[in-house]
Amino acid sequence: MGVGTYLALASVLFGIGAAGFLTRRNMLIQLMSIELMLNSVNVVLLAFNRVNPANHDGQVFAFFVIAVAAAEAAVGLAILIAYYRIKKTIDTDDASLLKY
Amino acid sequence: MTSPGTILFVTTAIFAMAGGLVTISARRPLRAAIGLLIHIISLAGMFLTLNAQLLAALQLLVYAGAVVVLFVFVIMLIGPASEVRAIEGRFASRTLSLAVTIAIVLAVSTSLAYFDLPWGAAAEDFGTVEGLGMAIYSKALVPFEVISITLLVAIIGSIAIARSRTE
Repeated sequence: MGVGTYLALASVLFGIGAAGFLTRRNMLIQLMSIELMLNSVNVVLLAFNRVNPANHDGQVFAFFVIAVAAAEAAVGLAILIAYYRIKKTIDTDDASLLKY
Repeated sequence: MTSPGTILFVTTAIFAMAGGLVTISARRPLRAAIGLLIHIISLAGMFLTLNAQLLAALQLLVYAGAVVVLFVFVIMLIGPASEVRAIEGRFASRTLSLAVTIAIVLAVSTSLAYFDLPWGAAAEDFGTVEGLGMAIYSKALVPFEVISITLLVAIIGSIAIARSRTE
């Protein structure tokens, strides 16, 4: 079970998140897809840190990624609620206020 | 002979992919949130195979304990509107985005799968609370304080954005 297996798995998970973000129109599920992508990056950071365990740089970076992802989820969901108040839906196709 | 680490990795990898697929394919957002929960818990298990014990615990606390609960709260707050109608038409753009994503993922993952480096010999405190805590507080002290301010700003910003303006 080499480091390549972890990298391949992380790229598959990132692809699942990217596909969800691109093909869904539900803003909630798009935010969840962003979380999937951020999580797959953490797998890569931890796998490479395990290859070179002399320092903790990868794990420290993954720690900060987790913190930023939490902040991103909070702000993203706040924007979603503000959008829902205006449009009464969370379909991103209806987010066209700035289009015309 | 398969080691316990291999068995744990394969199990968590299968559950992580299944959870991710449930998340992006579920029509009801609550099912997507449960898929995200399965994904996150299995990734926490996978972190254990990489000697990242503290990060596995943080993954469970922050993601499963806070982020998923936040998603479920928003789903409950929005109610039936959290389910949007199915997309009609636009098969070309949807198929194209899906096909490009799958092609890139296949290219990257198949070329990475046989990349190999030997695992280094981990010290006794690698990834534990003591080891990672010493690394954060000695080498990344300023970023650690900045991230706490970032979280504070995110909290205040979320309240300011989501607050009702009717009063």
